[in-house]
Amino acid sequence: MDNMNKDINSMPKKSLFSMQIDLKKFEKATDEEKKQQDVMSESVSFFKDGMRKLSRNPLAMGSLVVLILIIAAIFIVPHVVPYSYSQIITVNGKRDKSAANMAPFEYSDLEQEYMAEGGKVFPHIMGTDEMGRDYFVRVVYGTRVSLSVGFFAAMIVLIIGVLYGSISGYFGGKVDLVMMRIVDIIYSLPDMLMVVLLSVVLREILNVDSIPMLQKIGTNMISLFIVFGLLYWTGMARLVRGQILTIKQNEYVLAAKVSGAKSGRIIRKHILPNCVSVIIISAALQIPSAIFTESFLSFIGMGVQAPMPSLGSLANAARAGISVYPYKLVFPAVMICLITLAFNLLGDGLRDAFDPKLRR
Amino acid sequence: MSKEIITNNAPLLEVKDLKQYFPIKTGLFQKTPLKAVDGVSFSINPGETLGLVGESGCGKTTVGRSILRLYNPTGGEVFFKGEKVDAKSIGHMRKEMQMVFQDPYSSLNPRMTVEDIIGEPLDVHKLYQNKKERREKILDLMELVGLNAEHATRYAHEFSGGQRQRIGIARALATNPKFIVCDEAVSALDVSIQAQVVNMFEELQEKLGVAYLFIAHDLLVVHHISDRIAVMYLGRVVEIADADELNNNPVHPYTQSLLSAVPYPDPIKAKQRQRIVLEGDVPSPLHMPEGCAFRTRCRYATERCAKECPSLTDRGNGHQVACWNK
Ligand SMILES: Nc1ncnc2c1ncn2[C@@H]1O[C@H](COP(=O)(O)OP(=O)(O)OP(=O)(O)O)[C@@H](O)[C@H]1O
Ligand SMILES: [Mg+2]
Repeated sequence: MDNMNKDINSMPKKSLFSMQIDLKKFEKATDEEKKQQDVMSESVSFFKDGMRKLSRNPLAMGSLVVLILIIAAIFIVPHVVPYSYSQIITVNGKRDKSAANMAPFEYSDLEQEYMAEGGKVFPHIMGTDEMGRDYFVRVVYGTRVSLSVGFFAAMIVLIIGVLYGSISGYFGGKVDLVMMRIVDIIYSLPDMLMVVLLSVVLREILNVDSIPMLQKIGTNMISLFIVFGLLYWTGMARLVRGQILTIKQNEYVLAAKVSGAKSGRIIRKHILPNCVSVIIISAALQIPSAIFTESFLSFIGMGVQAPMPSLGSLANAARAGISVYPYKLVFPAVMICLITLAFNLLGDGLRDAFDPKLRR
Repeated sequence: MSKEIITNNAPLLEVKDLKQYFPIKTGLFQKTPLKAVDGVSFSINPGETLGLVGESGCGKTTVGRSILRLYNPTGGEVFFKGEKVDAKSIGHMRKEMQMVFQDPYSSLNPRMTVEDIIGEPLDVHKLYQNKKERREKILDLMELVGLNAEHATRYAHEFSGGQRQRIGIARALATNPKFIVCDEAVSALDVSIQAQVVNMFEELQEKLGVAYLFIAHDLLVVHHISDRIAVMYLGRVVEIADADELNNNPVHPYTQSLLSAVPYPDPIKAKQRQRIVLEGDVPSPLHMPEGCAFRTRCRYATERCAKECPSLTDRGNGHQVACWNK
């Protein structure tokens, strides 16, 4: 060992331009370090590995923060702001004509009087709408409606699509052939036209008045969910089927069969865990598309029922006074952009982190 | 007592005229059967190793999978311990017939830990009373195949090819089978690890008395491990004999050419022997030649070969050959 050290010291110093490695920069490995070489690298599960990759993606993390903030806001704001989405602003029980169409942080005449007397009035952060309702609360409620529509629609699509796709993919052959032709037919229907037609027809058929819970949501909303359930699952079903067809070819599925595992176990233990990441990613991407559809329908007046706001119907209402009060279109429009963008970026980030095809 | 004697003499596995055709779309409404396996017969005794060799695409894997009913055979019969293997009886036979797969990468589920992979057959057949017993069995199996028991909770993708193949072997051994199909179980490994794994197969056979159908295209490895060897060409067995007999005295022209291509370790011997290079390509299994499938590349082919397909005939000492001219 001493010998070795001498060798290093006696070696000529590294000249600036030579390729020779400077041996002095090296340290001897300790026994502990040597031992570490024998042991395998740290064990990581797919989930942990994916989460680590996701946390290194700034766009996805930024989107996640934005979404968490928005979701927190739609739960907290209604408790903090003393106005409700359908309530016309009153001061001491009196209506105020001047409270309509106010700019952000403006107060109506009665409110100003009230404040002069020493009363406290919560500011109208985004002003008021044409009927004198607090716009901030309406935008927050609209976001809540749009988000829940997106979420539930994605759930419906997820459940139907995964069930249908996994049956078709797993059993294959004739079953697959028939089931996929049905998907093709549904896929070829013009979806916007179908949405409009169905919501008109369903409004006639559905009688929600008898159920108080559903009454609040409105017929349009329910027909929207039904439309999603009928039409939008096809993409998911195709995706799941394709995944399962490829996973089925893997020898580990054959190995499970050789071990005597039944279909149920093979689907549960081998096939679904290997396509779950793809399913979650595409469900995450389904949410903004559902929000977009809902906004569009509300914009043309076929969405949520007044006085319940949604981002689309708010934008539609703002259209009327666009030259005078342009900010009223800006708020809901920015909100729609923010949500869809955040979900899309997060979905892409999830795909980069979890899609098995992109690993290694 | 008398029953035991019968099972001792009878073969463990008997394959009779096994056929496996795959319908292949050749036109819009037209389907042509691809004869992947076309009338294969052989038998394997308890504790014996039958090597199955042949070039790529000749149907070796398909034979193994049809025996285990991973495909529904088009024709023929398979008997295991004298009982016919069919869709119903395979249920209770799964425990005694296992398989080690060709590709150590795709044969292990990347979402499962080693423990769960090896434990799957135990779970399916409910071979333990409690969690503790399950774990003990799994650790014993890992030790048996030379895996470090500390790695039981790791995921399959963290292991090297050789280690993965050992995991696959441990899974195959979990139910204490009497018969294992080893589908090119060592082909994907590099040579030094191949030797380790092949030796392990032999040790396990001595210890546990399992019989193997050892599929490979490397004649050296097959000769080393097998008691008998079957040579396949385009879905048919053309020659079966004892390993040494086949090596020293190959009869079928296809076997002769295969053996002449084996690299000899002894340079003097290597110089002496003549290489028989086959002419032409392997015919497509979709358009098989009439009569003997090998005649298009055979030096000895006659008119008879084009008309009739030769079947296996005994040439003494269980050396069976399917050829008109040899
Ligand atoms: N599921 C299937 N469907 C259609 N054709 C198949 C199927 N499985 C195998 N084949 C065909 O059957 C023939 C034999 O294939 P097999 O995999 O048994 O060959 P092999 O001898 O194992 O080859 P290798 O040495 O490359 O593994 C091939 O021509 C292949 O294309
Ligand atoms: Mg093969």
